[in-house]
Amino acid sequence: MDFQSAGTGASRIKRTLQEIGLDHSIVRCCAVCAYEAEMNIVIHAWRGILRARISPEAVEIVAEDEGPGIRDIVLAMQEGYSTAPPHIREMGFGAGMGLPNMKRCSDEMSVESEPGIGTTVRMTIKTGRPHPSK
Amino acid sequence: MTTYFHSVTLDAEKCKGCTNCIKRCPTEAIRVRGGKAAIIEERCVDCGECIRICPNHAKIAVTDTLERIHAFKKRIALPAPALFGQFDEDVPPDAIIQALRDIGFDEVYEVAAGAEAVTVGSREFMKQNRLRKPWISSACPAAVRLMQVRFPSLLEYIMPVESPMEISARLARKAFSRAGLKVGEGDVGTFFISPCPAKVTAVKQPVGEDVSAVDGTIAISLIYPEILKRVSKMKGVSGLRRASRVGYSWGRSGGEALAIAPGKMLAVDGIHSCITVLEEIERGRLADVEYIELQACVGGCIGGCLTVLNPFVARVRLRSLVERLGGEPMAVDENWAAGAAAEGFFSLRSEIRPRSVMALDSDVTKAISKMQALEETLKGLPGLDCGSCGSPSCRALAEDIVRGTAAETDCTFKLRERVQVLAEQVVDLARRLPPPMAAGQHTPGATQGAAQADAGGAGGGSDPGNAGGNAGDPGKVKGAK
Repeated sequence: MDFQSAGTGASRIKRTLQEIGLDHSIVRCCAVCAYEAEMNIVIHAWRGILRARISPEAVEIVAEDEGPGIRDIVLAMQEGYSTAPPHIREMGFGAGMGLPNMKRCSDEMSVESEPGIGTTVRMTIKTGRPHPSK
Repeated sequence: MTTYFHSVTLDAEKCKGCTNCIKRCPTEAIRVRGGKAAIIEERCVDCGECIRICPNHAKIAVTDTLERIHAFKKRIALPAPALFGQFDEDVPPDAIIQALRDIGFDEVYEVAAGAEAVTVGSREFMKQNRLRKPWISSACPAAVRLMQVRFPSLLEYIMPVESPMEISARLARKAFSRAGLKVGEGDVGTFFISPCPAKVTAVKQPVGEDVSAVDGTIAISLIYPEILKRVSKMKGVSGLRRASRVGYSWGRSGGEALAIAPGKMLAVDGIHSCITVLEEIERGRLADVEYIELQACVGGCIGGCLTVLNPFVARVRLRSLVERLGGEPMAVDENWAAGAAAEGFFSLRSEIRPRSVMALDSDVTKAISKMQALEETLKGLPGLDCGSCGSPSCRALAEDIVRGTAAETDCTFKLRERVQVLAEQVVDLARRLPPPMAAGQHTPGATQGAAQADAGGAGGGSDPGNAGGNAGDPGKVKGAK
């Protein structure tokens, strides 16, 4: 678990989007999505990659990891459901809000997972209008 | 485009063009050009970090002179709470207030007293607006400006309540007119005795307000010796102090948050620490905190770059003053303040807008291609962030190149690479002999190619891509042979 550098990926994505000049509410949504996805990789996975593809119409954030995977995606999407171990919770993470937050902040979201292999989360945030939920 | 006033400016004569300031600036607002630091006006938030770090004292804060107070018939001093932490136990607040009067102010209204009114106003605001969390203090103008530049999405979290300085100026004017002094509104001048340049800017170019109620700003460092001169002989002055411990506590980090929302607050000091906490808020991580105090200076206002005393010493002195004052009630009439809050007395009068200065281009499509160019350029830079190019980091240089305000060869390492390539080409050329001087084969037609084959073999390996037209020769030679 690399808590030392956790968040730097999301920060870079945020800065890039800011310099591209997207509306700040969109940038914020992307920052939340990227950060939650990054933290999930740090907390649960063995290794993973966080990518952002930026076009004038939308930002697509993809978090791909090799890890234990998610057994029950529907359950994992529920607020408050968490499989994070106690020491992670003590650090203030693992409140079971990661995936719900990503869902709330993105326009489209898909989760693919294979237990024991890994998980891929794709999120699309459309740039057209200021995002209602923050 | 809006022109920005800044208190923080450059004394070009003293600037040596070193790179200390560019690396310290939280908004990457400084570049070194032509041997001198240049401030990018739109980005500067007047935090004063560059003033602190500059070894040559070339960064200065422009404030008003003491003479300027005489432009007004009646003068009110508004000393910041931090001023009272600059003196030891022998100099109580009453003595400092008397000294200010002796200097030429008709009235002294402590900003600590205004801070107590703002304390009540903020508590009232939070009672009415419980939903959004956390609320961020608007009191530190450098922190507010930092958010305008770097955290525009968090501006809506700023509590729309005026700063103690503004409220003090308004209350002081009221108190002054109540005192029955017959002068016109325009004849009264209010002067903030300031620990920092950001307040100077906040007076000249307010945010959340069209015009400030403060007329001028005088640096604590400027007035300090004047006060010191006068207090030494003072004995038994009393009855001048308005504020209580609560107001004075605003002068140091934590005092404000503790007064407004004890238990559910977070107090952050130092602008670089503010940035990390703002990032946390941006990620939605601090929803359980109700109030966040942000202070751009380490230690809070006592750490302002226009103060005199070491901030850690000042902190102890202010704390011991607060302890001496004990548990007396706040100076402000809480019922009045609560009523005033309901009437909007404390409310900011205009919206705090983002300063969109980070975008590479106003057109998103163009900005994206510029971003691609930026990333490409960055790959070619050494990544040492040495600052020799005059930009704060390799990334900032890449950004400047894309913006067209710098060139790749501004990087000493890139320049050296280019010189090396050129030098090798020069050696290459120097080795070539014209046909009459070249020894060996004399077969007409093959002369040229044969003479150059060696040179081509020796020099060809070093630069595959860059040398372009010139480097093409060796290849041609080989082909001819």
